[in-house]
Amino acid sequence: MSTLLEVSGVSVSFDGFKAINNLAFQIGERELRAVIGPNGAGKTTFMDIITGKTRPDEGRVLYGEKSLSLTGLSEARIAREGVGRKFQRPTVFEDQTVAENLMLALRNNRNPLAVLFSSPNRADHTRVGELAEEVGLTAHLGRKSGELSHGQKQWLEIGMLLAQEPRLLLVDEPAAGMTPAEREHTTDLLVEAAKTRAVVVVEHDMAFVRRLGCKVTVLHEGSVLAEGSIDHVTQDEKVIEVYLGR
Amino acid sequence: MTDAALTMPRRAFIQRHPAVLVFLACLALFTLAVTLLAEGTGTGVISTSFVKTLGKTLCLCLVALAMDLVWGYCGILSLGHMAFFGLGGYAIGMWLMYARTEIIVAESLAQAPLPPTPDEIRDGIATQIFGVVGASEFPPIWALAHSLPLQLAAVVLVPGLLALVFGWLAFRSRVTGVYLSILTQAMTLALALYLFQNDSGLRGNNGLSGLQNLPGLGDVPQSTVSMWFFWASAVALGAGFLLCTWIVSGKFGSVIRAIRDDETRVRFLGYPVEAYKLVIFTVTAVIAGIAGALYYPQAGIINPAEIAPIASIYLAVWVAIGGRGRLYGAVIGAAFVSLLSTWFTGGQAPDIPLGFYTIKWVDWWTVLLGFSFVGVTLFAPKGIGGLFDWIADKRSPDRHGADLGPDQGALREQEAER
Ligand SMILES: Nc1ncnc2c1ncn2[C@@H]1O[C@H](COP(=O)(O)OP(=O)(O)O)[C@@H](O)[C@H]1O
Ligand SMILES: [Mg+2]
Repeated sequence: MSTLLEVSGVSVSFDGFKAINNLAFQIGERELRAVIGPNGAGKTTFMDIITGKTRPDEGRVLYGEKSLSLTGLSEARIAREGVGRKFQRPTVFEDQTVAENLMLALRNNRNPLAVLFSSPNRADHTRVGELAEEVGLTAHLGRKSGELSHGQKQWLEIGMLLAQEPRLLLVDEPAAGMTPAEREHTTDLLVEAAKTRAVVVVEHDMAFVRRLGCKVTVLHEGSVLAEGSIDHVTQDEKVIEVYLGR
Repeated sequence: MTDAALTMPRRAFIQRHPAVLVFLACLALFTLAVTLLAEGTGTGVISTSFVKTLGKTLCLCLVALAMDLVWGYCGILSLGHMAFFGLGGYAIGMWLMYARTEIIVAESLAQAPLPPTPDEIRDGIATQIFGVVGASEFPPIWALAHSLPLQLAAVVLVPGLLALVFGWLAFRSRVTGVYLSILTQAMTLALALYLFQNDSGLRGNNGLSGLQNLPGLGDVPQSTVSMWFFWASAVALGAGFLLCTWIVSGKFGSVIRAIRDDETRVRFLGYPVEAYKLVIFTVTAVIAGIAGALYYPQAGIINPAEIAPIASIYLAVWVAIGGRGRLYGAVIGAAFVSLLSTWFTGGQAPDIPLGFYTIKWVDWWTVLLGFSFVGVTLFAPKGIGGLFDWIADKRSPDRHGADLGPDQGALREQEAER
C-alpha cells in the first residue's frame, strides 16, 4: 500500500507550550486509522496542521504521489487537493437547507466566476439525493439544517465530506453526543468510506474505536506513544499508564 | 430554496423568483405614476424639484442594494460604500463640468476678432473651473475629462479598481468583522480629507457644481432633464435588482451566505473565500459608483462632504431598518428613511412645542433616526421587511438566542426564517 500522507518531525508550540512535539505519522491510500489520546494530547492540533489551519514551527507534511508539501498551502487549496475535514462540533450552514449544504460540498469547480456562471445540473441533483440517502436525511432535504438534531447535523456534515470526495478524510470525534444507534450508523459510514479513501478518525470512546477494527495511533503530549492494533495498544504499559489507567 | 426547487427541472428565472416580478411591477407603476404627474411630462402635480428628489431616492435604493449584497448576504459590514458612490459622482461630474464650461468659454472667445486656438480654449476652461482654488491649469486627473465615454468608463473603473485593491489587501490579510468596518471607514475618511484639499485637483471643498445642466442641451428645460434622469435611475434600479437577485440566488448566493455565517468552514470546503469576498466587494462598489453617477447630476453638486464617513454609516442604517439579507428590504429601507429624512430636514414636519422647549425636526431628526436604529436592532431585527414575514406568517427559528453561525456578520436568530 502506497503512502498517501507522511508527517515527520512536526512540532508546534503555542506561547512556548509544545502542543505537538516531533510528531511522525503515516497513512496509506484506502486505510482506516483511529487516533486516540487523552484530552489535550494534540489530536485537534494535529488535524489543524494537516489542513493548513495551523502552520507547524518545523517538520514536513507531504501528501500524494507527488509528495506535495502541505505546510505552505492555504486551507482552501489543501481542501481542493482532496483533504476533507470534519470538526469536533458539527459545523453545517444552519441558515441553509440540507440540500443546499450538500450542493455546496459537491466536488465541482470552486472558482467564484465559474460558480457564478454555472448552475447545478441534473447529475449534481441526483448526487445530492444519493448522499442524503446514504446519511439518512432524504426526508429532511428541504429543511434548514439549523433545525436538525445534533446527530443529524453530524451526519449531514459526514455527507458533505463524502460529497467533497476527498482522498484523505479527517474526522474529529464523530460520535460525540450520539445515541448508541447513531454511533453504529456512523461506524458503518466511516468503514464504508475507508474502502475508497484514507480516513483518520479521532475518538475518545474505546468501544467505538474497537468497532472500527483498524490500526490505532495513540497520541500523548503531542507525540506518538504507541501504534498498532487495538489489542496491542491497550496492552501497552505506557498507554495504560497515561490513558486507560486513569 | 425548497427541496422541490432543487430536484425539479429548472423553471424560468422569474418563476423561481416571484419577488422580482412584484418588485419590477411596483417600480414600473411608480415610474408611470410619476411620469403622468410630473411637471415635465404630465399634469404638473409633482414639481421638478420633487421629481429630482424621487430620482435621487431611486439611486439611494440602488446603492442600498449594493450594501445589502455586501453586508446582508456576504457578511462584510463595509462602511465605505458611499465613497464609491461619491467617486462615481465625481467621475461623471468632471465631464459635465468640463463640457459645459467648454461651451461657455468657446462662446465668449468667439466674440474675439481672432478665432481662439485649442490651447486658449483649454486655458480658458481651466481658469473657469479652477479659479476658485487659485489654479489655472488642469491637474493630471482631468486628462480624460473632455471625453464622455472615458469618464463613463471611469464611473465603473475608479470605484471598481479602488475596491479591488483595497479588498485584496484587506481580505488577503484576513481582516474581518469590526476591524474591516474600521478599515473601510478609514479609507473613506482618507478619501474625503484628500478631496477637501484645494490641490487635490477636484476643487477642494467647493466640489463640482452645475451638474444639473447637460452640456449642449441648454435649451431643454430642467423639468424634462429631471425626467430623463428619473427614468434612467428607475431603469438602473430595476436592472440592479435583477442583477443582485441573480447573484444571490443559486450556488454563488449559497456560497456567500455560507461565508457570512461561517467562513472558516467554507474554506475547508475548498472555496477561496477571499476571492468570493473580493468579487462581491468589487461588484457592489461598481454598482455604488453607477448609482452615484446617476445621483449627482440630479443633485447638481458634489463636494467632499458627501463622502464623509457618516454617509456610509447611514447607508448601513437604511439597510438595517429595511431588513438585512433581503433585497427588497434594502430598497424599502433606503426609500423610507431617505424620503422621511427629506421631509423632516426640509422643514415640512411640524415643530412640536413642549412649552419649555420646541422640538425642531430639522435638528432632532438625526436623533430620532438614531433611536429608530437602536429600536430596530433591539426589537425588530428583521426591520421593515419583517412586516412581510409577519403578514405571510413566516416565523423565526427558535434557537434560544444562538446566531446562525460563529462569524460576526452571521445572521442573528430573529433575522432568520424557518
Ligand atoms: N490556538 C491555540 N493556542 C494555544 N494553545 C492551544 C491552541 N490550540 C491548542 N492548544 C493547546 O494545545 C494542546 C492540544 O490541544 P488539542 O489539539 O485541542 O487537543 P485534543 O484535541 O487532543 O484534546 C492543548 O493543551 C491546548 O490547550
Ligand atoms: Mg480535540
